[in-house]
Amino acid sequence: MKFTVNGKDHEVEVEDDMPLLWVLRDELGITGPKYGCGIAQCGACTVHVDGVSVRSCQLAASDVDGEITTIEGLGGPGALHAVQAAWVDHQVAQCGYCQSGQIMQAASFLDLNPDPTDAQIDAAMSGNLCRCGTYPRIREAVKTAANRLKAS
Amino acid sequence: MKTLKTIARRSFLVGSAAVVGGVVFGTYVYKRDVENPLEAGLAEGEVTFNPFVKIDADAVTLITPRADVGQGAYSVQAHLIAEELDVDLTQVRIEPGPPSAAYYNGVVAAEGMPIAATSDTFLARTGRGAADVVGKVMGLQLTGGSSTVPDMYDRLRMAGAVARETLVAAASMHTGIAAHQLRTGAGAVILPDDTRLAYTDLAEIAAGTDVVDNVVLRDPASWRHLGQPHMRTDILAKSTGTQVYGIDMKLEGMVYATTRTNPALGGGILGFDATATDAMRGVKAVLQITGGIAVVADNTWRAFQAVQAVECDWGPSPYPGSSAQQFAAVAASFSQDHQDSQFKDEGDVEAAVEAASNVKQAEYRIPYLAHAPLEPMSVVVKLTKNRLDIWTGTQIPRFVQDGAAGLTGLEKEQVHVHALMSGGSFGRRLEDDYVRQAVEIAMQMPDVAIKMVWSREEDMTHDFPRPLAIARARGVVSADGVQAFDLAIASPSVTESSLGRLGQPAIGPDVAIVAGAWDQPFAIPNYRVTGYRVPAMVPVSSWRSVGASGNGFLHESFMDELCFEAGIDPLAERLRLCTHDLSRAVLEEVARMSDWGSDLGPGRGRGLAFTLAFGVPTAQVVEVSDTRDGIRIDKVFVAAEVGRLLDPVNFEAQLSGGVIWGLGHAMNCELTYKDGRAEQDNFHAFEAMRLYQTPQIMVRGLENGDQIRGIGEPGVPPAAPALGNAIFAATGMRIRELPFSKSVDFV
Repeated sequence: MKFTVNGKDHEVEVEDDMPLLWVLRDELGITGPKYGCGIAQCGACTVHVDGVSVRSCQLAASDVDGEITTIEGLGGPGALHAVQAAWVDHQVAQCGYCQSGQIMQAASFLDLNPDPTDAQIDAAMSGNLCRCGTYPRIREAVKTAANRLKAS
Repeated sequence: MKTLKTIARRSFLVGSAAVVGGVVFGTYVYKRDVENPLEAGLAEGEVTFNPFVKIDADAVTLITPRADVGQGAYSVQAHLIAEELDVDLTQVRIEPGPPSAAYYNGVVAAEGMPIAATSDTFLARTGRGAADVVGKVMGLQLTGGSSTVPDMYDRLRMAGAVARETLVAAASMHTGIAAHQLRTGAGAVILPDDTRLAYTDLAEIAAGTDVVDNVVLRDPASWRHLGQPHMRTDILAKSTGTQVYGIDMKLEGMVYATTRTNPALGGGILGFDATATDAMRGVKAVLQITGGIAVVADNTWRAFQAVQAVECDWGPSPYPGSSAQQFAAVAASFSQDHQDSQFKDEGDVEAAVEAASNVKQAEYRIPYLAHAPLEPMSVVVKLTKNRLDIWTGTQIPRFVQDGAAGLTGLEKEQVHVHALMSGGSFGRRLEDDYVRQAVEIAMQMPDVAIKMVWSREEDMTHDFPRPLAIARARGVVSADGVQAFDLAIASPSVTESSLGRLGQPAIGPDVAIVAGAWDQPFAIPNYRVTGYRVPAMVPVSSWRSVGASGNGFLHESFMDELCFEAGIDPLAERLRLCTHDLSRAVLEEVARMSDWGSDLGPGRGRGLAFTLAFGVPTAQVVEVSDTRDGIRIDKVFVAAEVGRLLDPVNFEAQLSGGVIWGLGHAMNCELTYKDGRAEQDNFHAFEAMRLYQTPQIMVRGLENGDQIRGIGEPGVPPAAPALGNAIFAATGMRIRELPFSKSVDFV
């Protein structure tokens, strides 16, 4: 099976029904996407397929139909994506384990809806669980990122 | 100058030692304190511990031994050292260090003692001093009880200051320039002509310099980092997916394991049939471990699939298997032979109740709750002939080391625990069960690196939950206010359960059964809090804010009921009863923030609750609306007294996170049991708060007290009762059982 992840081509031989999450984490060693629930209830595994957020724990390897971007491909410590920069500025993370998924969800959402209302932000981000309770800062960071993306 | 006083009391000196190519600072001498009789049994003389600051030619390394489970412990520890050492935190290494008695916790043991935070008697002071000694003698390296900041506040600044002054002395010796003409900054000693001698270049000279231990800590007024907003040292990694958690550790040739043990905890396995795994791709082994099985495969998902394909014959539940049976056992424990404590007994409750024409009575119930950190239990191990390496997130590295040494027969020194960042914990990583499982696997599969990861289902059904409890309350009021308050709480003992698993005795009453209830700063004429110990059932453990997590609800819900019964404003009554100036200030502040007493309009309500826990008085006001679709939590106002805010940004994060934790679990979380198995096994059934439900949270930290406190837990206990009291104010419905979702819907 062929995958393009963060612009790089990979070929792995896995079962059709292996979830993308485990292809990324255990076959390709890409550990930014996290395992939290395995049933699309927490969002920690969120990645992009052709720019759209998906829960990689529920996407079978054989159903992947597009280029995959993980948090590592969104932006790195030296070249932050606007959403990541907002996450740093607001110091959103506590344990940080859910934040890869939160950031990927927010980046995809703002790409589709550059000028969201508060209610739309709440709706878009409520599929991503955070046990530490960083939600107030996630809200603020999404707004900051939206403003910066609009200005750029 | 409380800081100086504290240091003098501990007779706290910091030394240094040469290491290959450099110097370490932070070794110190612990002299006997003649004011503390409990220390008399200790050996005379010096005890040398391990370092907090390590400098060699390559780098300055700060050792931050308290575990980071998301609360920002690494960052605040690094800032404490850096404030005195004068280093730029982007230029240093920050490491948790190895397990060591040097990193004992000197304050957390006090949480287990029946000493009210408000008490300043000789016995109270002696007891707290004893906690320091207990921690030291046991080498109790433990992160918990909101103790990192109070425990490390002086120690780490001293380590930084001594290192700095010794480096200055080394520079003085090297250059011939008097020490008082030298300055320090950004990791260097600065000469009068602005030449910079990097600490790393001075390390070898400093190793041969007498340590300068007569340092004076800087006045907080001159702090450059502490007290100001910090950028957490881990924030960049955690915003880019580059933070390595236990579950992310990678080693050459690593294989992937998962386990499945009896969901009735401790029930054991009678036999199993793994035939179905024979044909499953990637499966390397199916192994028996204590209480169940492990599958080792070449991919975590394949291990997850295979472990479910094994037919397991589980032993029966060792404890009452259903929630109904469990609550019945709690209800049956309100008897003299189960009485565990009565630390609070003022006035004459029985006489007051007898004499009253109208006695208010209520019964409350709280459920078992899972920790469910988002990173499930995971650990990487590698066992070779003379060495075991363990990589994981843990709050108890020395217990992990001891446990693994016991299992393998290795010497403790041969067990190397590498602490990694934890994807949450909330108390879960005060246990070493998951590490023991991985070590058992490694013993059957040596010489290969093994990553063991639990499925979410395994994690949630094999938690040691927060215990359930029932409270029975009686009260008497008059037009003047609350006259009698009698609270009886029955709960299994967290202390007995947790310490038992660590092979430690739990002596005397368990303060956790009544913590956050017996020790509240109110002068009620007849006031009694009694703890009853329920015989052990489901093994239980510390859950964010431990005993106070449920007791805050029990105490403050009933307080609200009595205020309503008396027709008295619940804020005014608490202020009238309050005996503690710091607590009163917190109540007054939250009243001001929330505009307490103003009209909210129809269908809305406001609830107040207050809990003094971990030495931190915390008051919360929750505002709710009763909408057509259910209760909506609109706003929360929180005020807490912590003595000093080291980082206002993280303070706000921890306190509001605690509020969300407390509210979310009170809204909709419980673990119920059937045949000994927790019925909620993933986040669809154990959701807590989601973003759309999150209220606006206004936070205020007060700095009136002379004791610095931690803030990871105190936000939790008042959240549930403040919400319940607000629901009552909005709807007239008094809910006495958690979660609230059993009685109302939430928008």
